[in-house]
Amino acid sequence: MSTDSLITPETRAWIGRSETLAPIEVSRRDIMKYAVATEQRIEKYLRGDEAPPMFLYGLLFPIVPLDKLGPDGLARRSLQPELPLKRVMAGGTKTVYHRPIKPGDVLMTTLRLSDIYTKAGATGPLIFVVYALHVETSRGEPVMDEIQTRIVR
Amino acid sequence: MPRISELHLGDEIPTRIYVPTNVSLFLYNAAIWNPHRIHYDERYTTEVEGHPGVVVDGPLQGDWLTQAVLEWLGEDGQLVEFEYSNRRAAYLGARLTSIGRISAIDLQANTVSLEIAIVDEEGTVLTPGTALVRFTR
Repeated sequence: MSTDSLITPETRAWIGRSETLAPIEVSRRDIMKYAVATEQRIEKYLRGDEAPPMFLYGLLFPIVPLDKLGPDGLARRSLQPELPLKRVMAGGTKTVYHRPIKPGDVLMTTLRLSDIYTKAGATGPLIFVVYALHVETSRGEPVMDEIQTRIVR
Repeated sequence: MPRISELHLGDEIPTRIYVPTNVSLFLYNAAIWNPHRIHYDERYTTEVEGHPGVVVDGPLQGDWLTQAVLEWLGEDGQLVEFEYSNRRAAYLGARLTSIGRISAIDLQANTVSLEIAIVDEEGTVLTPGTALVRFTR
């Protein structure tokens, strides 16, 4: 059976929608926490002088009250259509870096749902939801462009 | 601290071993504000989601790949592009190794491409990736 039927016309209509996320004020302390948790060894990251490349990975996890978290612990995200499958995995990212992130930066993010497609996996069908992020400083300097893929099974 | 003129296709970058723990996974997921229970709730992870154990975050392995490249590169260049994908899950207790080698050198653009991966103890690739770095001297 084709996996295409997993995506309804209503779901497909989400492709191309975009949203601006709340501005992020980057703090040295947040960089230091991320650097320690990821076992960085480069001093500028451990001191929080500059953020490691994947520092913004958490950008798409919404910060919402605990009663908004689902049974798997996850909250509904921006631009997350209802899907017939429920178990979510990180698929991967592809990023172009334009400028390092430093404490004090104010970052503006535009998020676009760029694609939804299905594949037959070894253990059942998989739905791929693809997001494109563009991050720039409040002064309009490009910081990074990233494609993030979520896999739902 | 490599110089681009001294590099060769196939050169390997230093490996590094990671053994994530409950504590390191807790701190990582707190830092990125990821409340997904498969990274800290063993009973939920095995009984409801059917994994053999607590899942090591894929993007954490992605971060380790950036570290493999940046620790090798030092202050001689910048990471310009980076891509990784989570091909197989890793579980708490795993001993994971970051590996990488040079796959292209462009002396005109001053760039080097690398193929990188997180592998398990059997050498199975869990998280493959690629990176493009630009040398600045």
